[in-house]
Order: sequence, then C-alpha cells, then structure tokens
Amino acid sequence: MRRNLFAAASGALFGLGLTISGMTDTTKVIGWLDVFGAWDPTLAFVMGGAILPMAVAWRFAARRERSVLGSAMPSKPGTHIGHDLILGSFLFGAGWGLAGLCPGPAMASITYGGIGGAVFLAAMIAGMVMAPPIRARIDKLSAA
Amino acid sequence: MQNEGDGALRASGVEFMQTDWIMGAIGGLIIGCAGALFLLMNGRIMGASGILGGLVDGSGRANAGERLSFIAGLVALPMIVAPLIGRADTHLTGSLGVVVAAGLLVGLGTRIAGGCTSGHGVCGISRLSVRGLTATAFYIIGGGISVVIFRHVLGAV
Repeated sequence: MRRNLFAAASGALFGLGLTISGMTDTTKVIGWLDVFGAWDPTLAFVMGGAILPMAVAWRFAARRERSVLGSAMPSKPGTHIGHDLILGSFLFGAGWGLAGLCPGPAMASITYGGIGGAVFLAAMIAGMVMAPPIRARIDKLSAA
Repeated sequence: MQNEGDGALRASGVEFMQTDWIMGAIGGLIIGCAGALFLLMNGRIMGASGILGGLVDGSGRANAGERLSFIAGLVALPMIVAPLIGRADTHLTGSLGVVVAAGLLVGLGTRIAGGCTSGHGVCGISRLSVRGLTATAFYIIGGGISVVIFRHVLGAV
C-alpha cells in the first residue's frame, strides 16, 4: 500500500514537472530538436534541472542496500552498448521528432490532448506490444 | 528564422523566452525530485516507457499496482494543473497519419532500447551511465534528423 502511495506521489510530481516545464507542448520539444530552425533551448534547462536532484539521489542510493520501503536498490548500470540500444533509441528519436511527444508527456497530457493525444498513446502502446520479439531478433542477430 | 518585428516586439520575445527557460528549469527540478522519490522510497528507476511497457507486455506483472499508481498520479495532477496554468494544449499535429507513425516509432524504439527520455535520459545521465548517455545521444540524433527531413526537406507536419 505504501509503495503504491509513493509511486502515485512520484507520478504526480513527474506530471507536475512536465506540465510546468512545457514538455507537454510538442512545439517546444520539436523546437529544441530543430537545430536548423528557430532553436528553443528550454529542453536543455529541463534536463539540467532534472539531473541535479537525481544525481544527489543516486549518491544517497549508493550508500544503502535497500530503499526506505525495503526493496533492493537498482543494480549498477550495465556498460554493454548493443545494437538494440542504438537502433531503438534512433527509432524512438525519429518518432519523438515527428510528433514532439515522448512516453511521459504522452501520458501526462492524455486528459486534455484530444483525439490526437489518444491516437498517439494507442499507437505507442501498440508499438510497445510489438517490441519484445523484434528486440529479441536484434539481440540474436547481433550476437551471431 | 528572421524576426521581422520592431525592437519592442523583439524585446518582449526575448523576455518570453527567458521565462520559458526558468519554467523549464523549475519543472526539471520537480521531475528530478519525482525520480529521486521513486528511487529512494521504492528503489525503482523512474522510466516512463518502462513503467507503461511492463504493463502492456506483461513483463511487469509482479509490481503492476506500483506501475498503475505511478501512471494514475502522472495523469491526474496535469489534468488539474495544466488548465489552471494555461498549459492544457499539446499543439500536436492534426495529421493523424503522422501521429500514428510517431506513436508506433516511440513505442517500438523505447522498448527496444529499454528506456526513453526519463529512464535513459534523466535517470541514466545523472548516474553517468554509458548506456543512458549513448541512448540519449542517439535519440537526439534521430529526433534531429526527423525534424530536418519532415520540417525542412518535405515541409510537412
């Protein structure tokens, strides 16, 4: 129960930050990616702002075996750069630049995003359903 | 793009931009606090695509309640706050074909790469993860190329 409570609080804070920062506005995201157009640096400030408290949190996490609610802390980050990571990120970026939405803002804006927002979320979920076999295939091919 | 307005218009434009940066930084700090809370309390990495993806492909069944709670909070607060601060507009393109293609690419790509802007970006870069940094470089490159092709070459969207 307490886990769900803190998960909801964290999700709510995440949604608040996305809304205040303007990251649910697709023109700001596309504006940031549009290096050859009217470049909008807002996203860099959002990223920088988000990384600061998170970096402090990782320092605290490194000193603990378990989280406050008792679960194991995430393991050390992997160092393997596979084809799945590169190809997947590239595909994600292509879609991100096309519409200006990534998964967090797509969910945060769902109540006011209209039909377009609902269609985007549905298509994104369809893509997520299709991904595991494709990822397995990429991993198999790159291991061979 | 050339700004054709007079000096006053240009000055107000600059002012507007500065507020955007400040709001961006404040919003960013709140996003970082959300990730910090999820990590230190629940011991989990705040990655939007992973939290949703684990629900839709069944890999996250063991902690579905935690995932659903996170998403409920993520949807509920913007529902209240966005209209209050005049942010309840995504300005998403009206072309549904583009929206479908973009959604599919985002869903596929984030789950193949194992993360998106929050997981690989915010949470990965802040612990200097090589995978997070690499993923971020490639989705920014992919996004940049996408914008160049669709905005500047094809003139669409």
